[in-house]
Amino acid sequence: MVTIENLHKKFGKNQVLSGVDLTITDGGIFAVLGPNGSGKTTLIKSVLGMVIPNKGTITVLGEDIKKNSDYRHKIDYLPQIANFPSNLKVKELIKMIKDLRKSTTEDQRLIELFKLEPFLDKKLGNLSGGTKQKVNIVLTFMFNSPLIILDEPTTGLDPISLIRLKDLIQTEKTKGKTILITSHIMSFVEDISDEIVFILEGKIYFKGSIQKLKTKTNQPDFEHAIASILTDNHA
Amino acid sequence: MLKILKYSFYDLMRSRWSYVYFAFYLLLGVVLLFLNNDLSKAVITLMNVIIILVPLIGTIFGVMYYYNSKEFTELLLAQPLKRSSIFLGQYLGVALSLSMSLILGLGIPFMFYGLFKSSAIWDFSLLLITGTFLTLIFTALAFNIALSNENKIKGFGYAILLWLFLAVIYDGLFLMTLIMFEDYPLDKLSLVGTMLNPIDLSRTLILLKLDISALLGYTGAVFKQFFGTNFGLIVSFIMLTVWVVLPVLRITFKAKKKDF
Repeated sequence: MVTIENLHKKFGKNQVLSGVDLTITDGGIFAVLGPNGSGKTTLIKSVLGMVIPNKGTITVLGEDIKKNSDYRHKIDYLPQIANFPSNLKVKELIKMIKDLRKSTTEDQRLIELFKLEPFLDKKLGNLSGGTKQKVNIVLTFMFNSPLIILDEPTTGLDPISLIRLKDLIQTEKTKGKTILITSHIMSFVEDISDEIVFILEGKIYFKGSIQKLKTKTNQPDFEHAIASILTDNHA
Repeated sequence: MLKILKYSFYDLMRSRWSYVYFAFYLLLGVVLLFLNNDLSKAVITLMNVIIILVPLIGTIFGVMYYYNSKEFTELLLAQPLKRSSIFLGQYLGVALSLSMSLILGLGIPFMFYGLFKSSAIWDFSLLLITGTFLTLIFTALAFNIALSNENKIKGFGYAILLWLFLAVIYDGLFLMTLIMFEDYPLDKLSLVGTMLNPIDLSRTLILLKLDISALLGYTGAVFKQFFGTNFGLIVSFIMLTVWVVLPVLRITFKAKKKDF
């Protein structure tokens, strides 16, 4: 699905990614983990073509992403911070994105699912953080793309919406889609992900199932396993 | 690109500032016509206003729009759209809505005044065309500055400096050079000097058309002597087009390499 080879990215003097090699196979939920500033978002944005790598190649569904924008038809992306043009209404934003990509009827179901009807006529600037995130989720899931990338999807969500989001992700998975998630909420990751990718200092430190990580670090539970990687490497 | 253009244009059409800009030109047109009672004099006064004000508004609006729509841009970047079409669409959205405010704001009062029956119609049209060119040029320059500067304050600073330089300082420096080297033949130098500044170029262009020798000044006179009126007009139009094309090319070039 996604192949990344020898990816390097520098912002000024700050080397964020230094030689990332990663293969994401078709189907399943992959969690990209790592401490703050480890390059998770940069990695994801490189796949989306928003960040231009200094070195390395990325292929999505067999297409090299360099000088090509059509492959993004096959990706649904949920950005980390839901920043939308503040003078647009929710309804207008949804209509606009549909106009820019393709038409879909999925949005009605998602709006009902996240109880967004009362907000449709409100301007995006007047929404709370959690509601914005729900709009963000609707925009992401309304297209039926084979690859879904979620950057911190749980930010600002109340418990009930979180449960709905988890269900939504699981249903997408049963459709055979590939889902890439970054999150700092370990219980969320443990609940939903099939495989984790741990980034440390711009490199892939670990890739495999949660069970494998637990055996590797000799820790009984997931949260401690992650913590032990971090302490071992920063102590 | 047309879809982005459409949304940027609608977005700006809803903004209060487009109306303020429009209303300002409307007022200016009405006041000039009714105080002056002479269409060609009104055109000359308008020229002086347009040549300074249009670049200023174009620069400030361009920079402001770019920084304000950062979120919108990031949203668009994740969609299956080409980068060049995102940025060109936004640029044209700003430039066209500004040009429309200018053309309608000045055109309406002049139309009511009886422009179509007057001989000044060509002078007036030229004024509007030059105004549109200046909007296109300075909005493109503003987008260039904004793309190269992440820091808003810096971006604004450079944009204002650029305007100040081209609208005021450049003329001063130019004049000083002419005085310092007055013993040498300066025809070629002054021609080049005029072409390198879109504001000077527009002024010369309009004055050539109006055919007011007294206002032409040294460069204008050289221009006229060198190219003749008609050829001079064509040359200045070509130069103005170059002034639009180069910054626009840099926008697409810069946009392709930027990280978001």
